[in-house]
Amino acid sequence: MSNDESIRTGFYVCHCGHNISDVVDCTAVARYASTLAGVMVSRDYKYMCSSPGQELIRQDILEHKLNRVVVASCSPLLHEHTFRNAVAAGGLNPFLFQMVNIREHDAWVHADRAAATAKAQALVSAAIRRVALHKPLQATRAPIHPDVLVVGGGIAGIHAALTLANAGKKVYLVERQPSIGGHMAQFDKTFPTLDCAACILTPKMSAVRSHKNIVLWTYSEVAKVDGYVGNYTVTVRRKARYVDENLCVGCQECIDACVFKVPKFPDPFNLGMSMQKPIYIPFPQAVPQAAVIDPDRCIQLKTGKCKKTCVEACADRKAINLNQKEQLLEIKVGSIITATGFKLFDAKRLPEYGYGRYPDVMTTIELERLVSSSGPTGGELRLRSGKPPTAVGFILCVGSRDMRTNRWCSRTCCMHSMKLAQIVRERTGAQVTVFYIDIRAPGKGYEEFYDRSLQQGVQFVRGRVAEVSDCALSPDEAGKLVIRVEDTLAGFVRRVPLDLVVLAVGMEPQADAQEMRRILNMSCSAEGWFLEKHPKMAPVSTFTDGVFIAGCCQGPKDIPDSIAQAGAAAAEALALIDAGGIDQEPNTAYIRGEECSGCKSCISLCPYAAISFDAEKQKAVINPALCKGCGTCVASCPSGSIGQNLFEDQEVFEEINGVLDYV
Amino acid sequence: MRYHYFPGCSLKGLGRAYDESLRPVMERLGVELAEIDDWNCCGATAYMSTDHCNACALGARNIAIAESSGPGDIVAPCNACYLALNKTRNCLAGDSATRAAVQKALAVAKLTYTGTAAVRHPLEVLVYDVGINVIKRNVVRPLKDLKIAPYYGCQLVRPHCSFDDQWNPTAMDRILTALGARVVDFPLKTRCCGGSLTGTAPEAGLRLTHIILGEAQRRGADLIATICPLCQFNLDSYHDQIARRWGPARIPAVYITQLMGMAFGLPTEQLGLKRNFLPADKLLAAT
Repeated sequence: MSNDESIRTGFYVCHCGHNISDVVDCTAVARYASTLAGVMVSRDYKYMCSSPGQELIRQDILEHKLNRVVVASCSPLLHEHTFRNAVAAGGLNPFLFQMVNIREHDAWVHADRAAATAKAQALVSAAIRRVALHKPLQATRAPIHPDVLVVGGGIAGIHAALTLANAGKKVYLVERQPSIGGHMAQFDKTFPTLDCAACILTPKMSAVRSHKNIVLWTYSEVAKVDGYVGNYTVTVRRKARYVDENLCVGCQECIDACVFKVPKFPDPFNLGMSMQKPIYIPFPQAVPQAAVIDPDRCIQLKTGKCKKTCVEACADRKAINLNQKEQLLEIKVGSIITATGFKLFDAKRLPEYGYGRYPDVMTTIELERLVSSSGPTGGELRLRSGKPPTAVGFILCVGSRDMRTNRWCSRTCCMHSMKLAQIVRERTGAQVTVFYIDIRAPGKGYEEFYDRSLQQGVQFVRGRVAEVSDCALSPDEAGKLVIRVEDTLAGFVRRVPLDLVVLAVGMEPQADAQEMRRILNMSCSAEGWFLEKHPKMAPVSTFTDGVFIAGCCQGPKDIPDSIAQAGAAAAEALALIDAGGIDQEPNTAYIRGEECSGCKSCISLCPYAAISFDAEKQKAVINPALCKGCGTCVASCPSGSIGQNLFEDQEVFEEINGVLDYV
Repeated sequence: MRYHYFPGCSLKGLGRAYDESLRPVMERLGVELAEIDDWNCCGATAYMSTDHCNACALGARNIAIAESSGPGDIVAPCNACYLALNKTRNCLAGDSATRAAVQKALAVAKLTYTGTAAVRHPLEVLVYDVGINVIKRNVVRPLKDLKIAPYYGCQLVRPHCSFDDQWNPTAMDRILTALGARVVDFPLKTRCCGGSLTGTAPEAGLRLTHIILGEAQRRGADLIATICPLCQFNLDSYHDQIARRWGPARIPAVYITQLMGMAFGLPTEQLGLKRNFLPADKLLAAT
């Protein structure tokens, strides 16, 4: 204990309504604490986090000249900050305080009142002995770099970037594809308003391109991220596009002039239902409106032996640069918004539905392209035979809510399928049947949209489809695709002959989500979605400070939810930037210089690259701005010459002694 | 390549042609089949559903005898045996109480079940151990222009199938292609043939058999290739009754091993082809 002052501790135990007091006898805990060395005041109170509870601490510090405070209540994650502020309001250094978690660690996980009370007292004994050794500490304030990186140029990334840019912040928007727009760019219309997807998306895409505060890097990927909140160094890999996007005006003359007279390579934007040339513009509204050359298909790039008619056609603009190389660019940002989206479930994983075997079994996204006026058929819905369909069926939950594939609900497929069902009915007059498990229409205007589908004559059959086959058991099934399904409302097995079967494929995490997670030091849920810090209270934050998530990379969601999340993530980033700096917990490690032998073993162990080596003094040096207080170096130092604030050896031993004393 | 061979009751009775054709074909491919000494009935599906533990003991005895007689996997050509023995293995791997009871019963006969021998279907052995290329090399009389519907039955792929797709198995398709035949696109590959219902509830059972024969006919198949004695029996034995109810669908059903034997140029009389109710030998001889 400190020599020059006597320890005067105030102790407070919180009932937390009934949360703690139902299982722990709080009065007994307060009575017990009052017998411990140095305790001047010991109280129990219904809600310590309330204003009167905090005031109690402040008053007692002044009245009883307290110099240490211990509160036994909930998790420090929730209220350590609250109580440190109350201690500071009483004029004490906020780190002369210790919190004991008797809710999550005790009351909520035990039922035996006597034993739970005893456990609370042991933990209190430990904290009261430990706090006596606490020293006054100062939180440091680190600056925040005001620039923001947004990863992913789908609707979520676009909205986040524009929000930040409109607030005057500089934004780097990095997109892997040659154009921004994401999945939304492939949609014909959007539910529940049936407004044209392109009409509401393309103004935002153009705004990104022309915004003075946005640096747009398409055809680029984040390769590496170093640093910490407020001070990230990011390496971006810009793939060679072979066309200078600042010189290209999107006139398409190079595409017309390409030595491939006829497009012969599957066009990914139309899911292979149309063809493109080695030099192409991804889709009519692409941003940037600039050509790209596929190096695996361009004859010049593959063999070096081409007439280069594209270069000729470009003439004086000189936008085509066949010598362009991949570039690695390094940028500094203070925060990062991850909006990397999702991938669609591969319908071939459920062979009973015949995707890939029967030409007229397609996915919802393929149908989306077929009904789009910019799609491969100009919006005319035709079977592969060329005839218009007369009977169309939608199978919902393909790769969703299924123990064999993905257990989650993909949230958008019911509405997406009903939208397509209405479009198909409007355009072709075909009979449309939707096979569903449950119709989930929980958004604003969504139930009404379901009603509208019913009014338009879309039929609904409740049952998970067993199989799609082309095996006809009766003349009216001949030449058709037949769905076999148990109609669970009618109570019998139906056979439904159709011309076109549409599979409502669900959403999955991106194939390289784990790679992205490692680069940004985030966490993933068991399914592979990026994990939010708290499912309710911090839905766009991650466990890495300064890294936020938005859109479907966090889990399946529709356009309104993606945009709401993107706005929230942008607001969180703005709050961080405009605070001007961040307080850093002073629980950092430090080197006891005279004892360090310079073995360097701590340097490679530090997960935050906070330790460097001073070659002149032959000692390790810890940068407190980078140190996160994990304690790895402290535990591993062979000479015991690394200490850690708030976790000094004596403090930890005293805590252990406190528990052992009680036992 | 040496395997323990579990023919099962069917292959000694109405499925004799399967056994008769399997042996010379495997011999030609360098596969040695050593029949398990003193084997007993696998219990089939019926026993497993009435007395789980005793059914496992029945299956485990066969596996234990095989394991005690040397290393190697067990080949079970009948789909019901394949399923029953694999169910036994799965159950004994996961259910320690049943395993203890079964071991106790086996101990009386001085046997121990170790679970080291896998139970495998000839299709798996043919495609993955022997290999399609080796099969192709042995073809001397390609089944040219013969249109064959591959029919796998339900028990090979349900509930487990370790070596092929549960909904669209392709092992037999690959063998048939190697034999030079034209494989008919057949969506009812794994649909039930009617099983024992053809005997116990003919109204329901024969309808299922008819669906398979009818679809094969519609798709222009000359023959149906099978891998299960009960499937072959159902598809081959009820043509008169089916024709009376739904019209004729007279397509012969033969074992894949009989087709392989023909393509390998083995003597027809060795392949049990004369046992079919609806003969296929003339059709095969003509190719």
